[in-house]
Amino acid sequence: MSFRVHVRVMPRAGLLDPQGQAVEHALSALGFAEAGEVRVGRAIELDVAAGTPAEAEARARQMCDKLLANPVTEDYLVEVEGA
Amino acid sequence: MLNVAVVRFPGSNSDFDALRSVERAGMRGRFVWHRESDLQGADLVILPGGFSYGDYLRAGAIARFSPVMQAVQRHAAAGGPVLGICNGFQILCESHLLPGALMRNAGLSFVSKPVDLTVERTTTPFTSAFARGETVRLPVAHGEGRFAATDETLRMLEAEGRVVLRYVPASEGSPLQPNPNGSAHHIAGVSNAAGNVVGIMPHPERFGDPASLDGGARFFASMAAWRPQPTPSKAAR
Repeated sequence: MSFRVHVRVMPRAGLLDPQGQAVEHALSALGFAEAGEVRVGRAIELDVAAGTPAEAEARARQMCDKLLANPVTEDYLVEVEGA
Repeated sequence: MLNVAVVRFPGSNSDFDALRSVERAGMRGRFVWHRESDLQGADLVILPGGFSYGDYLRAGAIARFSPVMQAVQRHAAAGGPVLGICNGFQILCESHLLPGALMRNAGLSFVSKPVDLTVERTTTPFTSAFARGETVRLPVAHGEGRFAATDETLRMLEAEGRVVLRYVPASEGSPLQPNPNGSAHHIAGVSNAAGNVVGIMPHPERFGDPASLDGGARFFASMAAWRPQPTPSKAAR
């Protein structure tokens, strides 16, 4: 069985996110004054062959810890479709 | 004569400059391709600047898993000197050979200009020819050079004297070129505890006169003066 896994990697709260700031400024310049606290991260999708959604999630978390996210500067969120 | 391995990844771009600087300092330099799994007896290793693997995912994140990095890990563990320049520094952080990480510059722009730095740790194979506290001007060229680490790690680096290079802080009226990227504690280079692994953002290989030992030339003069310690680790390598 295979599960579609969605991983969201975000700059850790409290660390300066200059990309988020730049996007926020650009939105404001476009007239979207209501936008605030913008943060820019990365989305990764993958199929994970596993017996259960929980197993797929556990493996995806290991992938995040080892490669997909940098534990020094980023946090991640893992979602398994149909879980 | 000392042998220096200059590791090449797909996307390295300071490899020839590094090799040339090594040779001009009187050492024998050799390129080692990222697929090779041994350093063929190199005494010192340089991970040069560039954009290994196109900076995919994060700068240095993919290079970390290339076969040659296993050899670099063994070399470093045995006390062998390793210098990471710019992208090489990013690779050393991603490989956990050095603490912290290098993030997008605070100003978002790629910065390419000379900066002034203070040499703070001189007990490394790459900075021994400097006097502690000396100022050196070197070029930087990077988009992701903002050193970041937990407060605990920053405290440890400071307490253990592991900051090797520090950007001069901006100060009004000073002719010195200040911190270009918003780096924590103005850090431009750090070392591991033993001092044999060093990562720096500026490019000593791009500016320096071996005759006068100006600028970056003294990093390579330091390397040329380095001698392997007569310890069992050398034989075990």
